[in-house]
Amino acid sequence: MNGQTHMAQEKRKFGFETRMLHAGHIPDPVTGARAVPIYQTTSYVFEDTDKAAQLFELKQYGNIYTRINNPTTATFEERIASLENATGAVATASGMAAQMTTMMTLLEPGDEIVSSAHLYGGTVTQFTHTFRKLGITVHFVDPTHIDDWAAAITPKTRALYGETIGNPRGSILDIEALADLAHAHKMPLIVDSTFATPYLCRPIDWGADLVVHSATKFLGGHGNSIAGVVLDSGKFDFSTFSTIADPDPAYHGLKFYETFGHYGFLMKARAVTLRDTGAALSPFNAFLLIQGLETLSLRMERHVQNAQAVAQFLSQHPKVDWVAYAGLPDNEYHALAQKYTPKGPGAIFTFGIKASNPRAAGKEFIESLHLFSHLANVGDARSLVIHPASTTHQQLSDEELAAGGVDAGMIRLSIGLETLEDLLWDLDQALLSTSA
Amino acid sequence: MNTVLDEAARIKYQDPGTVRTILSNTKTIAMVGLSPKSERPSHFVATYLQYEGYRVIPVNPMAKEVLGEKSYPDLLSVPDKIDMVNVFRHPDECPEIAQQAVEIGAKTLWLQLRVVSLEAARIAEEAGLNVIMDRCVKIEHGRYNGSLHWVGMNTEIITARRGRRYF
Repeated sequence: MNGQTHMAQEKRKFGFETRMLHAGHIPDPVTGARAVPIYQTTSYVFEDTDKAAQLFELKQYGNIYTRINNPTTATFEERIASLENATGAVATASGMAAQMTTMMTLLEPGDEIVSSAHLYGGTVTQFTHTFRKLGITVHFVDPTHIDDWAAAITPKTRALYGETIGNPRGSILDIEALADLAHAHKMPLIVDSTFATPYLCRPIDWGADLVVHSATKFLGGHGNSIAGVVLDSGKFDFSTFSTIADPDPAYHGLKFYETFGHYGFLMKARAVTLRDTGAALSPFNAFLLIQGLETLSLRMERHVQNAQAVAQFLSQHPKVDWVAYAGLPDNEYHALAQKYTPKGPGAIFTFGIKASNPRAAGKEFIESLHLFSHLANVGDARSLVIHPASTTHQQLSDEELAAGGVDAGMIRLSIGLETLEDLLWDLDQALLSTSA
Repeated sequence: MNTVLDEAARIKYQDPGTVRTILSNTKTIAMVGLSPKSERPSHFVATYLQYEGYRVIPVNPMAKEVLGEKSYPDLLSVPDKIDMVNVFRHPDECPEIAQQAVEIGAKTLWLQLRVVSLEAARIAEEAGLNVIMDRCVKIEHGRYNGSLHWVGMNTEIITARRGRRYF
């Protein structure tokens, strides 16, 4: 790079699609490889003993061990950080690990969080049962009313948590209002933005402090890798947040926030939590996720276009009782969707079949589909279908199901990139074949 | 970019081209407020810069020696030629430090992250020094030599050109 070109690029704010393809990767000076190389290595030869010691003391940034960082994974991390307008990222082995990494970095036994009840069932289980073992209490609230959130905050509350687009009912989180509430109480707002992706909504732009993703879904986009990521806006003041600000005995009294400033939370998440929990992403999976990110905008455009058309089709179908998609004008979250996800409120939504026995009709419907894959995932390039009450949310009690907005006959669709007319044909024939 | 400066001050005091030129041309750094304690932020930065080939001279009346270099009570006592004065002190102390930086003929006044003093900047600028403010020397060095990227941080560098080391 000569100086002139460099100056020209530094004055320009490159667009989302450009950063999808280029952020986090400079073709390497030795080989010039254009694609991101897969650094399939556990460890890295130190330059000398001084540098090795400094790496372990965190006085140098560098590669030590793939459980802590890896050059392929770093490209995925920097790329998604760029797309989310974050200061940095830590990739994890799964979306659940991203949540765990975030909470174990922020919280201590006795702490509480207030969370939206409209969450992935696995998250509810993690928050309720696994966190209880860690001495952490989660209070769930209906995300729709800010007053309910405020009422659930106690002196022990350390963070607010919600999903941009709630799983499975498709509620839209009022991120700006919740960020204001969190900041008034000097705590961070954490948003799981898995269903939105940074193409449809960037929570940090609305005031969220930390963002987590299951990168397994639309970010990877092809249903081939389990992964997660934690992102930090770099704007939250952690100076009074003991877990990030206080001296860390495992690093000779290092104060992460004072030393690393806006990188403090992420450095601690990586050098302490990821190091100790071991939930690192594989470099090969990072490579597959990078391939996914390179087409994110194109895929999401088509995902939401197909989803909107399928939702409209179902809402007019004689065998359909209800459709919960915030892209439909009569949906209770439509106004919030227009604010936070103006390109479209994702491609995952639910509907109910008009039937005397909804549970049996749901089963008949799923078994009659030809193109929709019946499985426990969302955000694949292919269209997917599931019956949450008997699968993803089956660990939940009836009360938890109701609080999470799940009913027994609900069908969840994840709309893929197939020919739209084929999707409509498949849904139509499967609906007409139900008799229950 | 994480900063408390407004747009106009960012353009003036955080220009990436200027930052890279300074990091390329600087050999000796006087670090005002460098702590002898290993766990302090200034010690992290000095350790890093020393390994990367810069000579780091401590300016701290409370220290005798830091990282093998003799410490001086103020900039005027340093006998060596100084390229950059790097400041880890409260903003109130910065105008006086800037004045001393001018007197010893330093080329750059660099105030660390969240150390902001427009008065110090004015003093240094009027004497022809480069001024960088609310930036960390270690972070900026890591941004352009690639190591900041290895810990997943957003360097904001976008290019399809083959990489090379700058310094």
